[in-house]
Amino acid sequence: MSSAALATAGGSDTTVIPIIRERGQREVFCGLTGIIWLHRKIQDAFFLVVGSRTCAHLIQSAAGVMIFAEPRFATAIIDERDLAGLADCNEELDRIVNQLLTRRPDIRLLFLVGSCPSEVIKLDLSRASSRLSKKFSPNVRVLNYSGSGIETTFTQGEDACLASMVPDLPAAPADAETSLMVVGSLADVVEDQFIRLFAALNIGPVRFFPPRHAADLAPVGKNTRYILAQPFLADTARALEERGATRIDAPFPLGVEGTTLWLKAVADVWGVSSGTFDAATATARERATRAVARYREELSGKRVFFFPDSQLEIPLARFLARELDVELVEVGTPFLHKQHLARELELMPKGVQLSEGQHVENQLDRCRAAKPDLVVCGLGLANPLEAEGMTTKWSIELVFTPIQGYDQAADLAELFARPLVRRMRLVA
Amino acid sequence: MQLTVWTYEGPPHVGAMRVATAMEGLHYVLHAPQGDTYADLLFTMIERNAKRPPVTYTTFQARDLGSDTAELFKTAARDAYLRFKPQAMIVGASCTAELIQDDPGGLSKALNLPIPVIPLELPSYQRKENYGASETFYQIVRALAGPTAPVLGTPRPVRVSGQRPRCNLLGPTALGFRHRDDVVEITKLLNELGIDINVVAPMGATPADIARLGEADFNVVMYPETASQAAQWLTRTFGQPATKIVPIGVGATHDFINEVAKLAGVDAAPLLNNTTSRAKWYAKSVDSTYLTSKRVFVFGDATHAVAAARIAKEEMGFTVVGIGTYSREFAREVREAAKIYGVEALITDDYLEVEAKVAELQPELVLGTQMERHIAKRFGVPCAVISAPVHVQDFPARYSPQMGFEGASVLFDTWVHPLMMGLEEHLIGMFRGDNEFHADAAPSHLGAAHKPLQNVVSPLVAAAQIGASVFEPILGLTSVSTPSSAAATIAGWALEAEKELNKIPFFVRGKARRNTERFASERGMSLITVETLYDAKAHFSR
Ligand code: SF4
Ligand code: SF4
Repeated sequence: MSSAALATAGGSDTTVIPIIRERGQREVFCGLTGIIWLHRKIQDAFFLVVGSRTCAHLIQSAAGVMIFAEPRFATAIIDERDLAGLADCNEELDRIVNQLLTRRPDIRLLFLVGSCPSEVIKLDLSRASSRLSKKFSPNVRVLNYSGSGIETTFTQGEDACLASMVPDLPAAPADAETSLMVVGSLADVVEDQFIRLFAALNIGPVRFFPPRHAADLAPVGKNTRYILAQPFLADTARALEERGATRIDAPFPLGVEGTTLWLKAVADVWGVSSGTFDAATATARERATRAVARYREELSGKRVFFFPDSQLEIPLARFLARELDVELVEVGTPFLHKQHLARELELMPKGVQLSEGQHVENQLDRCRAAKPDLVVCGLGLANPLEAEGMTTKWSIELVFTPIQGYDQAADLAELFARPLVRRMRLVA
Repeated sequence: MQLTVWTYEGPPHVGAMRVATAMEGLHYVLHAPQGDTYADLLFTMIERNAKRPPVTYTTFQARDLGSDTAELFKTAARDAYLRFKPQAMIVGASCTAELIQDDPGGLSKALNLPIPVIPLELPSYQRKENYGASETFYQIVRALAGPTAPVLGTPRPVRVSGQRPRCNLLGPTALGFRHRDDVVEITKLLNELGIDINVVAPMGATPADIARLGEADFNVVMYPETASQAAQWLTRTFGQPATKIVPIGVGATHDFINEVAKLAGVDAAPLLNNTTSRAKWYAKSVDSTYLTSKRVFVFGDATHAVAAARIAKEEMGFTVVGIGTYSREFAREVREAAKIYGVEALITDDYLEVEAKVAELQPELVLGTQMERHIAKRFGVPCAVISAPVHVQDFPARYSPQMGFEGASVLFDTWVHPLMMGLEEHLIGMFRGDNEFHADAAPSHLGAAHKPLQNVVSPLVAAAQIGASVFEPILGLTSVSTPSSAAATIAGWALEAEKELNKIPFFVRGKARRNTERFASERGMSLITVETLYDAKAHFSR
């Protein structure tokens, strides 16, 4: 099960980057995990996983038990009777959805979320969702996507979820003015900052996807230009393009440089002059640059190793290398979308070691041999590596924290600096 | 299909992981998709284990299905053997792999590994975590101790005179509720009785230790949930008797000492006469009078629930108004215990049912799991945690057993802590309406700024809390199932009566409200006035 291949990635011939491609044990979450932030983002949506006790336990362990009495997610646990054919899975599902919607009349959008067991027994959730959609229309819309571990890795759950919503977006009229769609879950506070910046740049109309409310769907058409705010949205991007939208190519809005290039890519499409651009962004940019600089002392020259997790690794590593003078030992990512990450790869330091996929034992061997100053990894690995004497940063925090945009750039730097500072304090 | 929001138990393979992770020199090869690796963090984050669980997941993907998942399993098993060099391996499937029917047992046999490989059949769509732990431990014991078994019917060899009796401690696992400290406490207690420990298992045992289980004179079943099945097999195979009493609480510890003394042929009297339990004296001290007849609701795994109810009644002077468990396997034990208290046992793994029960009973203290802690918090009822499912708080840095005399003292403190102290209760009663002394004030020893620890529940907690601040909390999310005052209010409350009710100390207010409503509805009254309130008071005080 250990197979590794060396390959290269890069936008142009001058930026050839070595990639280790591995297959083996992957120590990452499945796409169901995305429900944890998606159910908070879309405030009137409910996520019903059709799966096993394992799926229910995963979400529960990941979400924090009982934060709310009744969160907007649940699992329909398939049992022996369903498998033995004693109960009809579709009837059972209808019964459960009925039960759920009676209890939760506030729900406007229901996602049936597929899991490994539902995929393996070939339970057709798309048929189920159109059947249920008809039944509960117009009060509740029912969509479906797969968050299964055999098909999706961690953040790909959000990709699958958003892609399932794209066919529902209203069609923009052919003569609609050019509009911007920002794609990928962002913290509300970050969205609000971007809204102000786009307004100052005279860019609009601007819509965010996913929306905060299920009914608030942005129209899409051939005059829609979209920009990704997250690097893990391959399927969503494809679906949007099928609806006529065009992607604005840019790095991701992490760090001062990333945010500037991201905004600039949009500004160029809208023909914003560089004078206007500078005027509109100067204050925030300077403030952020100063704030980030405070962490350079703590992070400069530090050697960092990324285990694959959310697909945010490459933009994060680029930020650390270029704005904080961090030395990258290895940057692991579950998947490398060459096209969406082309601008990022151009910015990466030459010769940095990337890895795609995972063979966790081999990767741990490499990590131990390299003795990095900081290891960015998942929760299953963090404490054991700390016990071995390494300093770690939980990668999942990078997904649950507002890190995009100018005013979060220093917060992002601080997330990496904190474990190092802490280690020094505890020794002292 | 069953609609589930929160579960008390994980899937059975997590139970198998609890056994494997507790042991040394054992490796678990689990045929499972990548997402199932989340289970590692239960051990590394909740229990703060310094080592990764000894588990290799095959992490097959959709594209492997139908082609080479079996090959993937074999490679994973072979690699795991070469890398970790375990003394023995257990192999099995998680829920998804169970559906693709690759037969991990058969596949690993074909590998001809030079160590024992124990196949596990854990029906994921039928059973749960505790079953998985119990079955796994049993299979390991059978496979590894089996070869040393005497011919059936051979009498146990008589112990050489002068040799101290020996026993095994069975049941403690990783992620167990205070198992780590219970083992220390019980070992100490048995040593004082003159009994040596042969093997503790699964916690800390190697496969070679498991093979020696038969050498002990008898077995101490610490946690029936995980150890009963294995202990029964050991009784049949090696003629080793097993204990039935779980030493949680002063009374149970006494009974346990007598039980093991008999099994070991030693004299219990010196130990029993020489121990002074602080819990016992504290419960007797006048300060504890206020604990008298406090109404408690008990819920947890069967062992801890049954033990807690006994302590509540006999050692704290509480009134047990309800008892229940989420483990159907042990429903009988809990039903029997319920009879002692004249209540109906609640056997359910649906936390909404538990919540409804708490609402209905309006207890003054809940002894439950982390789930009940949240339920109690919503109702403003004090709560202490007595049982798994565990949570990072259930692994305190300090020594904190549940068993033995020290355990009884820990329980006394833990249960009394969330309650008002005796004098404090009186003061609030006298000076109600005061700024500081009011119904919603927290017990003063918990600090003015005390807020019940929210969200601190799962490994991702810290992260999720940040998440919570990121994505605005869902406001107005009302728990539809939260019954207001479950005693279906037939009579309405007049404003004045409601105000008067609020002058009653809050810790008895629930009871007063309930009784008054009952009083009114029995008399067909539609409106509760101040008069009704006092009529009811007079009626019930008779
Ligand atoms: S990997 Fe599959 S079976 Fe496991 S929790 Fe995720 S969806 Fe469920
Ligand atoms: S400190 Fe607060 S949350 Fe903890 S047991 Fe006491 S009352 Fe409950």
